[in-house]
Amino acid sequence: MIHFDNISKRYPGGHDALSRINLRLAKGQMAFLTGHSGAGKSTLLKLIAMIERPTRGQIFLDGVNLNNISNRKIPYIRRNIGIIFQNHHLLYDRPVFDNVAMPLIIQGYRRQEIHKRVRAALNQVGLLNKEKSDPITLSGGEQQRIGIARAIVHKPLLLLADEPTGNLDPELSREIMQLFARFNQVGTTVLIASHDLDLIKQMGAPAISLHNGQVEHNGLPYTAGTPVSR
Amino acid sequence: MRNSPPRKNRFSAYLGNHLRVSFASLGRLYVQPVATLMTAAVIAIALALPMGLYIALDNVGQLSSGWDGSTQISLFLHTEVKTREAQKLMQRLQKHKAIKKVEFIDKDKGLEQFKEISGFGDALKHLDSNPLPIVLVVHPKMTTNQPDRTSQLVKELGKNKLVELAQLDVQWVKRLYTFLDIANRSIWVISSMLAIAVLLIVGNTIRLDIQNRCEEIEVSKLIGASDAFIRRPFLYTGIWYGLIGGVLAWIITQISLLLMEDPIHRLALLYHSDFRLSGLGAGLTLLLILFSCSLGLVGSWIAVRRHLKEIEPS
Ligand SMILES: Nc1ncnc2c1ncn2[C@@H]1O[C@H](COP(=O)(O)OP(=O)(O)OP(=O)(O)O)[C@@H](O)[C@H]1O
Ligand SMILES: [Mg+2]
Repeated sequence: MIHFDNISKRYPGGHDALSRINLRLAKGQMAFLTGHSGAGKSTLLKLIAMIERPTRGQIFLDGVNLNNISNRKIPYIRRNIGIIFQNHHLLYDRPVFDNVAMPLIIQGYRRQEIHKRVRAALNQVGLLNKEKSDPITLSGGEQQRIGIARAIVHKPLLLLADEPTGNLDPELSREIMQLFARFNQVGTTVLIASHDLDLIKQMGAPAISLHNGQVEHNGLPYTAGTPVSR
Repeated sequence: MRNSPPRKNRFSAYLGNHLRVSFASLGRLYVQPVATLMTAAVIAIALALPMGLYIALDNVGQLSSGWDGSTQISLFLHTEVKTREAQKLMQRLQKHKAIKKVEFIDKDKGLEQFKEISGFGDALKHLDSNPLPIVLVVHPKMTTNQPDRTSQLVKELGKNKLVELAQLDVQWVKRLYTFLDIANRSIWVISSMLAIAVLLIVGNTIRLDIQNRCEEIEVSKLIGASDAFIRRPFLYTGIWYGLIGGVLAWIITQISLLLMEDPIHRLALLYHSDFRLSGLGAGLTLLLILFSCSLGLVGSWIAVRRHLKEIEPS
C-alpha cells in the first residue's frame, strides 16, 4: 500500500527531517510510527498525504508514484486517504453532521447516500446522538471521535493518524485505538504516529521507530514489493 | 486507486452542487446584512454614477436632435446691394432644393429689430443713415438635419457675390454636438475607472472572506477538495455582490430620474417642447445587471486566484 523508496526530506531551513527512509506497508496492515519529538513522524505522514513533497526518493501509494502527481491531481490522491490530527480540525461554524459530511459533499455524493454514510460513520464512533450538536459543545474525546468519523466516512483505503490520542486520558486513548483496530479489521490500512509506547504495546500492532529522521527499528513483517506501476 | 462515489447522473449532481453552493453563499451574505449592504452600496454608487451620466447625455442628445431643424442661416448682403437685386436673389434661393423658406429683412426692419434687441434704441436715433445691410434669413429643409449638410449650405451661400457674410445662427448646436462627443468619451473613461474600482472592492471583500474561512479551506484541501470546489462559493459570493449592487444601482438611478423628471419637464415646456426624460429601458436594465454580475465574478476570480494558493495545509 505504502512504499517509501530511499526518501529524504529537507525543510527549507536546511534541516533534514527524514533521511534515506525505506519502508513497505502492506495493504490491510496496521502499524504505529514512534520516535522522540522531532524524529520526523509528522513529516513522514505529511509526505504520504502530499502535504509536503520529498526532497529525494520516491513514494508509491497503492502502486502510484506520487512524484508523478501534479499539484492539481493531489485532491484525487487525498480522497483515498483519511487523515486524523491531534488537533482535530473540526469546523465550529456548522453542526457535527455537516462536519462529517464534508468529504462526501466534496466528492459529489447524493443526498440520501450522504445521510446514510454520515450516520453510519457517527454510529461507528458512538456519537450518532450528537449529529445535530455544535462541535464546540462536545468534549475533547468526542471531538476527536467526530474527526475520526469524518476521516472514515468516505471509506478510504488508508487511514493516517498523527497523535490522535495526544491530549486524551488513557481510557479514551485506548477506546480510540480500538476504533482504529476495528477499521483495520474491515480492510483499511492504518498508520498511526504516537509516542504512547504502553498503548502501542497493548495494541499488538507492529511499530516503526524513527530516530533523528532515520528508521531505528522496523517492526513491520516483511512483504514482497507491491507491484509498481508507472 | 479508484474509490469514486456512485453517481447515477453526474450532470444533475454537478448542477445540484452549484445550486447548493450559490444559495449557501447567499445565506452567508444574508446573515451579515450590514456588511453585505455596505459593500453592495459602494458597488451600486460606482455603477449608478456613470449610468446617470449616460442617461443624462442620452437625453440631451435626444433633446438637441430636434433643435437642428430650427437652424437658420443669416445672409448679410453687401450694403450697396439694392432691394430689387436682393428680392431676385431671394426668389432664386426659394427654389433651392435644400431650402424651405427665405425671409426678407430690409434695412428698416433690420434696424427696428436691432433697436428692440440691443436696447441701443436712443443711440441709434442719432445715426443719419441706416448702416445695416439687407438680410435674408434662410431656413434649410428639415431633411438637412445633419450639421455637415447645413454647414455645406452655409459655405455655398457664402460664395454668392451679393452675400457679404453667411452665418449659421445656431453655431452653438454644433458646439453642443462636440461637447456631447467629449462628454460621451469621458463617460467611457469614468466608467472604466469605476469598473476597476468595483473589481477592487469585490476583490478586497472576497480576500477578507477567504482569510476568515482559512480554516475551512485548509480542511477542505486536506480531505481532497479540488480547487474548483474551493473556489466556487467565493465566485458565487462575488456574483451575488454584483447582483445586489446592480439592483441597488438600478434603484438609485430610477429614484434620481424620478426626482429630476418634474423640473425637467417644466423646463422643456418653457421651450415649447413636450420633452420627457427617458429612463432605463428593459434592455439597459438587463445590461446593467449583467455587467455588475460580471464585475462581481471577475473581481472575486482575481482575489481567489491570488489568495487561495496561499492557504495550504501544513
Ligand atoms: N515546516 C517546517 N519547516 C522547517 N522545519 C520543520 C518543519 N516541520 C518540521 N520541521 C522540523 O523537522 C523535524 C521533524 O519534525 P516532525 O514534525 O516530523 O517531528 P515529529 O516526530 O512529528 O515530532 P513531534 O513528536 O514533536 O510531533 C523537526 O526537527 C522539525 O523542527
Ligand atoms: Mg508531530
